[in-house]
Amino acid sequence: MDIKTDQFQELSKKALTDGHLQQALQNLGAHIQAMRNSAFSLLDNPENLREQAHNIKRETLDRLDEYLEHLEKNVMRSGGQVHWARNASEARRLIETIALDKGVKTVVKGKSMVTEEIALNKGLIAHGIEVSETDLGEFIIQLAGEPPSHLIGPALHKTKEQIAELFSEKLGAKPMKDPQEMTTFARKALRQRFLEADMGITGVNFAVAETGSIVLFENEGNIRLSTTLPKIHVAVMGIEKVIPSLDNLDVFLKLLPRSATGQKLSSYISIITGPKRDGERDGAEEFHLVILDNGRSKILADEDLKETLCCIRCGACLDFCPVYLKIGGHSYGWVYSGPIGSILTPQLTNRKQAHQLPYASTLCGVCAEVCPVKINIPRILIALRQRYVEDSEWGKPNSVLEKGAVALYACTMRNRWLYEKVSRMARIVQIPFIKRGGLRNLPPPLNRWSRHHEVAPLEKTFRDQWRRFSKK
Amino acid sequence: MRITLFIPCLIDQFHPQVGKNVVHILKKVGVEVDFANEHTCCGQPFFNAGYWKKAIPLAKRTIKAFKSAHVVVAPSGSCVHMIRKHYLELFRDNPVWLDQAHELSEKTYEFSEFLIKVIQVDDLGASLKGKVTYHDSCQVLHGLGLSSEPRQLIRKVRNLEFVEMERPDLCCGFGGFFSFKFPHIAEAMVEEKVKNILASGAEAVVGCEISCLMNIGGYLKHRGIPVRALHLADLLACGI
Ligand code: SF4
Repeated sequence: MDIKTDQFQELSKKALTDGHLQQALQNLGAHIQAMRNSAFSLLDNPENLREQAHNIKRETLDRLDEYLEHLEKNVMRSGGQVHWARNASEARRLIETIALDKGVKTVVKGKSMVTEEIALNKGLIAHGIEVSETDLGEFIIQLAGEPPSHLIGPALHKTKEQIAELFSEKLGAKPMKDPQEMTTFARKALRQRFLEADMGITGVNFAVAETGSIVLFENEGNIRLSTTLPKIHVAVMGIEKVIPSLDNLDVFLKLLPRSATGQKLSSYISIITGPKRDGERDGAEEFHLVILDNGRSKILADEDLKETLCCIRCGACLDFCPVYLKIGGHSYGWVYSGPIGSILTPQLTNRKQAHQLPYASTLCGVCAEVCPVKINIPRILIALRQRYVEDSEWGKPNSVLEKGAVALYACTMRNRWLYEKVSRMARIVQIPFIKRGGLRNLPPPLNRWSRHHEVAPLEKTFRDQWRRFSKK
Repeated sequence: MRITLFIPCLIDQFHPQVGKNVVHILKKVGVEVDFANEHTCCGQPFFNAGYWKKAIPLAKRTIKAFKSAHVVVAPSGSCVHMIRKHYLELFRDNPVWLDQAHELSEKTYEFSEFLIKVIQVDDLGASLKGKVTYHDSCQVLHGLGLSSEPRQLIRKVRNLEFVEMERPDLCCGFGGFFSFKFPHIAEAMVEEKVKNILASGAEAVVGCEISCLMNIGGYLKHRGIPVRALHLADLLACGI
């Protein structure tokens, strides 16, 4: 998809005036938070589990090359094929080649963020291949030609009325009101596509190095169909998705569904090890695993930012983020949104273009509190801001005005005498702006604040008063 | 016990009465209070916005200013959070300053934390007629892990009714630079906060972080809503 990260201001402004979106976000906040919290309250020691999950991910990242080699060996041993892709276009080309070589005409896809990241559909469609998203949410946004607005609920921004309209416009459905009816309609439309598909494409939630298996979590059963009905199954994963062994899965089984949807367990969990073997009834005849870097190894090499790769894409940080819940996913201008988008997108896409994203947070810290793998997102946001400000490789995109104001402010604060002088002066300068007990009509950039706030006038400082009342 | 006060710049400039009330309360419970004249800004706004090179000299100044203090008390959760957690990061490659940062980090307390955890008093004899609610500032709650401490102090105020609002932990939308870069989002956030405050029926919202209080209070005033935003110290000084 097109990257619009530089339009954060405009997109977020628009989102705030979109009544449907605001309603959807309010519902999301109210429901998913309560569900997540109640699912977590049933765990004996959720803190301990999060700690374990964090450690598994961190330790795997520390020896990622070893685990990836292990994974490759074991996938091949079980009869699968492994492909390495350095970037999005390599990954697309690889998958297109497999499809074209095998004469694939139709593809069904399970929900996967990484294939959104590499804009896989567009490439396949350009080769005349018909691609159908089979996750209900993805199916809807594919019809609408829109990017996902949430990691877990990609069509969350659409109301049921909008969906009904879309179904009738694009698929000739009769007018529908009941969501159940719409789901049934979509299922029927998809059923035929599953049966006809030559290839199934999915993402990967976890790839187990020890066994060469991939693990997929879902609720609709469409991923299971996508991996078993077509003859060829292609799974795409970022390099960070590997975990050492099946034993590690236990922790994530408890944490991922709870964090993603507030469920104790997802309805379907598939563990797939290679293609169908002789005598087996289900499964694809060919299994391909595409392992994608696309900027991740660069993140891995940076100690301050590395933790970004612990993410298991559960979406909890979005569900709790007070900023995301106001502006929705599309404001972030690319496939990943919310707090994880704010740290991941600038690292995976054009840095300069995405420079507003790390600032799109109040650093409130709720994301770090709910993240099942305990990623310290605020800390990474601050580290990214520091790169933008102080590292010339990141492009110093902040305005001259901002830099000047910051320099002046810092300089004043470094000198007590100056600080006191300036504050005395400010008390005089403010006089014409004091009206009805507050500061009004302040000049820019202070008007950004005074537009929505009555500002109390500066008073005789505490330190000036202290001198007096400490002498008493 | 003798403590040294840390007065954040926003309190110094806009709400000096908070500092005076802190002094008043501490003296009342027998704590002697010093003021370190040399401290200005802890460096937090710079650190958070990515201007680490600008934050370092301010952090050094702060460390020096409190060198001889035994205990430092600040009526601001975010400054304490800066000193306690972020100073250690600023100086992680500078062992000499890191040691000193550790020292300051360990002896610095947020106001309510100091009262409850260090000198262990929760009843200061304050009294106020009315109904209040409490806003959990992010740095106080998520940063310092303080939530029961301020509530315990509020509950001891005589004649006062305490009510919880919906989602007291919801961010008010200030976020320093954030509200200047994205005022439209910040406004939507503070609007929701204020909605929850109003729904609680409280006549005042109490907090431990002046920036949130200025955000919420300034917005309330702008909208002409007669609900006040009060620093905890202002509440606890009532009637004593
Ligand atoms: S950062 Fe944490 S909470 Fe956010 S999507 Fe990733 S794992 Fe989930």
